[in-house]
Amino acid sequence: MNVTKKDTLSGPGLTTGINLQEAIPVVALAGNPNTGKTTLFNRLTGMRQHTGNWTGKTVTRAEGDTQIGSRIYRVVDLPGTYTLSAATAEERIAREFICFGQPDVTLVVADATALERNLSLVLQAMEITPRIVLCVNLIDEAHRKGIAVDIAKLEARLGIPVAATSARSGAGVPELLAKVEAAYTGAIKPAPMQVRYSPNIEHAVAEIEPLIAAQIGQRYSSRWIALKLLEGDESITEALHAYVGPVNLPPLVRAREAMV
Amino acid sequence: MIPAESVRDETMTQIYTTAAAIADEVITRKQRPIIDWDERIDQIVTSRIWGFPIMLGLLGLVFWLTIAGANVPSAMLADLLFALQEYLTAAFQWIGAPDWLHGLLVLGIYRGAAWVVSVMLPPMAIFFPIFTLLEDLGYLPRVAFNLDSIFRRAGAHGKQALTMGMGLGCNAAAIVSTRIIESPRERLIAILTNSFVPCNGRYPTLITLAAIFMGGGVAAAYSSLVTSATVVGIVLVGFVTTLTVSWALSKTLLRGVPSHFTLELPPYRKPQVGRVIVRSLYDRTVVVLGRAVKTAAPAGAITWLLANLNVGDASLLAHTADFLDPFGAALGLDGMILMAFLLGLPANEIVLPILIMGYLSTGSMTELDSLDALKSLLVEQHGWTWLTALNLMLFSLLHYPCGTTLITIYKETKSLKWAVFSAVMPLAIAIGVTFVVAQIVRLLGLV
Repeated sequence: MNVTKKDTLSGPGLTTGINLQEAIPVVALAGNPNTGKTTLFNRLTGMRQHTGNWTGKTVTRAEGDTQIGSRIYRVVDLPGTYTLSAATAEERIAREFICFGQPDVTLVVADATALERNLSLVLQAMEITPRIVLCVNLIDEAHRKGIAVDIAKLEARLGIPVAATSARSGAGVPELLAKVEAAYTGAIKPAPMQVRYSPNIEHAVAEIEPLIAAQIGQRYSSRWIALKLLEGDESITEALHAYVGPVNLPPLVRAREAMV
Repeated sequence: MIPAESVRDETMTQIYTTAAAIADEVITRKQRPIIDWDERIDQIVTSRIWGFPIMLGLLGLVFWLTIAGANVPSAMLADLLFALQEYLTAAFQWIGAPDWLHGLLVLGIYRGAAWVVSVMLPPMAIFFPIFTLLEDLGYLPRVAFNLDSIFRRAGAHGKQALTMGMGLGCNAAAIVSTRIIESPRERLIAILTNSFVPCNGRYPTLITLAAIFMGGGVAAAYSSLVTSATVVGIVLVGFVTTLTVSWALSKTLLRGVPSHFTLELPPYRKPQVGRVIVRSLYDRTVVVLGRAVKTAAPAGAITWLLANLNVGDASLLAHTADFLDPFGAALGLDGMILMAFLLGLPANEIVLPILIMGYLSTGSMTELDSLDALKSLLVEQHGWTWLTALNLMLFSLLHYPCGTTLITIYKETKSLKWAVFSAVMPLAIAIGVTFVVAQIVRLLGLV
């Protein structure tokens, strides 16, 4: 039986409905718009809501349950976004869920026909969480367009499990789910490659990161939070207060000003 | 010293370069040149010359299929449901129920609901699947692309075209879909102007009147063509009103410049026909119809009560209609029509049934399953002209959104002020436009 539930979101600054007490493992679906993310979601959860083929249509966060192996997982369909900066409400919802919602596995869905653009979101997500699996979807369409993707090489370069699928026909989905399960049980330990920046930035990160880790522990990526603080991203400060509780930011800000 | 912006610039640049490098390593493209059909099609459907004619043509085609296809099943459903009513009446007589109970339940509630089902179900069952197919195919973003520059000039957001497209189905759903517009200013413009797109609840009214007064005026062979053209014309009036009001709002209450956005033209995809039909019937048709019946039933009961509670020598409904009559006449309408719009606030689809119920001396809806019977009721007994029909269509297009939509607007904007404005502003426009049209037509002696 599928249990489905829809949270309604309205406007910026809304609650993401994150429930940290949830005992059942959570798989978050992230990705660019039009990658077939919702098609995959529907296939997994049996939730047959119709979504049109146009940008920005997932305005509500939908979730449903699916069975992989002997385990039931809760699948959360996040809004489709091009980046994980905090420019729009959708981007904030997506990244805050990936970071502070602590999904057991984040499944990023990418469009095989536009891999370059999609990979930038993958790299950003890899900075936020190590529990990550990549789904290269629309692989049938890519074949038709004469595009071939070397999945093994992609896996090696990114350091995370990758599977090629066609969510519409269902091809490759069992292999994908096996990788999701392996990532959850720890049979595979994803080691996401981290993008390295200029020495200036890396030096500043190295100074700030321990200050953050000391306060928030190992649950959240302190490297990512340090980078966002260095970028002057205000919504990360708000998110820290909202999800982690009172974080003593002044030393961090002072550190940032001293370093940068 | 690195300022925050340059950290941001560098991180983004580094992310994009890394992504490009990895993509380059793992992707191999076959040498053989392939024809990019998506691009070829896009060159036509988004071209300056063909973009608009194709859009209007498709809109006209969808309406034509809806109108031409809905006639027969509508009549069959009406026959069935009104035959069922005979049995209900017989049952009420058999158990010896009092007249008022039979009147309220059968003549009021049952007929109200039956009318809505027989008039609305067939057009919806045709319109929603076709519209959903266009959506699934990937055509809607092309519409937004074509209309972007026009909306930009009106100070609004190009994605407003998408939310307007949703409005063709249901304004309340479209208000929710404005969430795809990031800027609060432009989102509010899209919300406030959405009801100028006639929704599914208003087509039956538009189509019925266009069929009687416009389509009925030409040879039978062209009648559904003329009817569709009239409905497309009304939609265009709504489109022009949307742009004008968007422009006026962005120059006054909601000042600002349109924000930039990236609109991806997704690849065309073969629609999953079977699933689309089933899902659009289930998710949209049944939901919209259910809501319509839920609001039509109590409205039918209220109308029956108003039409049957007498004060002095006439019913409450007649008194109120008489009171509104001079005002209605100034708008080229009459008191009963205004009364129907007032009572029809819960849902646009019940305006016409309420009007007919009010017109009939029995104070309840008769079958009137043939358009001829309806025409003689309107023209011979109540002095309608084509102006009455035109102005009723314009009023229906431009007046306040239905109750459900207003509640949705309140929920989405979290502001009572904007919810009230979203009702008052269109109402003022509806009154203004119908008044001017009526005065001009009468001045020129056209009726």
